[in-house]
Order: sequence, then structure tokens, then C-alpha cells
Amino acid sequence: MTLLYEDGNALAGPLGEIFAVDLTVAIQRCAGCDRTGPLATLRVYRHAPGLVARCPGCDSVVLRLVRTPDAAFLNLTGTLNLKIPLSPSAQTPV
Amino acid sequence: MARAAVSGRLGGRLTWRGARLVERRDETPNARTLVFEVPDWPGHLAGQHVDVRLTAEDGYQAVRSYSLAAPGDGDRVALTVQRVPDGEVSPYLTEGLSIGDSVELRGPLGGWFVWRPTERDPVLLVAGGSGIVPLMAMLRERRSAGSRVPFRLIYSVRTPQDTFYADELRVPQPGDGGLDVSYVFTRTAPDGVARAAARIGLADVNSGGWPAEFEPNCFVCGPTGFVETVADILVALGHDARRVKTERFGPSGG
Repeated sequence: MTLLYEDGNALAGPLGEIFAVDLTVAIQRCAGCDRTGPLATLRVYRHAPGLVARCPGCDSVVLRLVRTPDAAFLNLTGTLNLKIPLSPSAQTPV
Repeated sequence: MARAAVSGRLGGRLTWRGARLVERRDETPNARTLVFEVPDWPGHLAGQHVDVRLTAEDGYQAVRSYSLAAPGDGDRVALTVQRVPDGEVSPYLTEGLSIGDSVELRGPLGGWFVWRPTERDPVLLVAGGSGIVPLMAMLRERRSAGSRVPFRLIYSVRTPQDTFYADELRVPQPGDGGLDVSYVFTRTAPDGVARAAARIGLADVNSGGWPAEFEPNCFVCGPTGFVETVADILVALGHDARRVKTERFGPSGG
């Protein structure tokens, strides 16, 4: 079973349909073990309905993405936060 | 408001674009390089991939990811596709698609498994089978950008006949100074090669790669088991795990 996954790189297309920046380079912090690393380093399983990404540190489910014909369902329960690199020129004060 | 390019993607969400096949060439009996013309292609970085979508007459759609095989060349993008015998998409791309036919494509995708010619650290590329494709894009990018960054490639293939880009890799091209290529044959080794055919091991990575003290950036691409093995070896040899970037082929290929 351990061989049935891909890297988080595989999320680039499905997430790119939703977000205007490339989220695979965002640094993800796992709610299960506090590991941090690029989304591209997660383990992605496709043999579920949709895509399931697990933390390579503790195997917790950190992201789930299901695409239906007219909507995308994105669940980030296992992710504490995402640090998303942005170009300084695009900065907007919050 | 203008949005700055982030990680090689020019702002805005991804859309599917029409891509017309303009050229194809055989790499092996089971793999073909397909060159598509994609109007207004925004350019890409070596190592990035695209999603290809096919739509059947009844509306059924199938999407697969393929690595870009060459650096950006205007509106032209090159993929090398290995035919998976029971696959849904790859047999059509390699056998069914004729010059002038179109598919849909979105990208470029993925800003992490990329190499930029502005980087200065030595590079180790480790390819398993068709995992050579994004690494070949890096090699070609190095050549076309005139980069002198030392590159080493370890290419694991089953037999000599399974080698993609065989001629281009065998004969150093202008700009290939500082590039070393070594092969690992896993089923059948060519005559005159001392190493018996076997899966990649620590000795192969040790002799074909860089010492960890050189702090190379390592890119490993191939089937999941292969990538797992090589990444573990690299870390065991002292490489910083953060410098080992991987791209695994999943079970959904084809």
C-alpha cells in the first residue's frame, strides 16, 4: 500500500483550478505532528474519491480535494496553516 | 491590477488550452516525444509538468499529468509519453494522435520540482525509467542557458533499448561540458558493462553522485518505489533531506 502515492506536486493542477498562485510551494504545517514543508512534499493518494494528501511525517490526512462537475470541496482539517510565498510587489496591507 | 508572476506561473487561475500536435518522434518502442503548439503559452521552468485532458464523444473525460521534456520554446511544448499498455490516455497519445490533432492542456504546473539556470549549486539528477523526462528538461535548460553548474545524471533503465534520448545523452552536445552521465541497468546490461543488471543501490548513487559535502541539489524522479529507495540512500549518505526533491509517478498513470 505504501507505494500507491505520489508527491504533492500532483496537486498543482487540481489546486491551480481554484487558486491564482501555485500552492505546491506553500509551506504547510501539520496539525498532527507540527511538521512543516512544502505542499509538494506531501503524499498524495488518488484511489479515494478525489485526492487525499497525508503528512510524510505522521501520516495524518492534511488535505482532501474532491471535484464534482460544478464545485470543488477542499478540506484542510489536518493543516494548521499554510505559508504562501507572494511577490513583494503584489503586497496589499491587511 | 497586474499580478506578478509567482513560481513560474503567470497570474490567474489555470485554464485548459487547445494544443495541436506539430511533431512527434520515437524515443523507444514504447515512448514518443510529442511536440504541441499551444497559442499564448506563458512559458515554463525546467521540471514543471502539465495536465492533458482528453474528451470522448460521449463527454467522458480523462486527465493525466506529464512532465515537460524541454525548456520553453515560444508556443511549443514537448512531452515524452510512455505507453502504459492498459492505460486510458497514453496509448491514445502515443498511437492514436496524428499531426494536426488537438488535445487540451493546462499548465505549467508545480513550482517546487524545478531547476533555474540562475542557481549555482551542483546538481544531481537521478532518473528511474520515464522519470528522465523532467530531468532532461533541466539538462537541456542548462545547455541552452549556457550554465556551467556541474551536473551529474544517474539514469536507471531496464535495458539499453529503454533509454530515452539515447543519442543526445551518449554524444555530448555543445554546452554539455561539466555534465556526467552514468547508467544503471536493472534487467539487461549492454555488453562490456562490468556492473551486473540489478536495481539501483547505495554504491551506484555514491559513485555516480556528489559527495554530500558539496551540498548539491538532488532531483529524483521515477516510480514511487524507486524514488523512495534513492531518497533514503541520499539521506543515508549525508545529504540534507531538504535538498532532495522528488517527483513520484503514482499508480494512476497511463
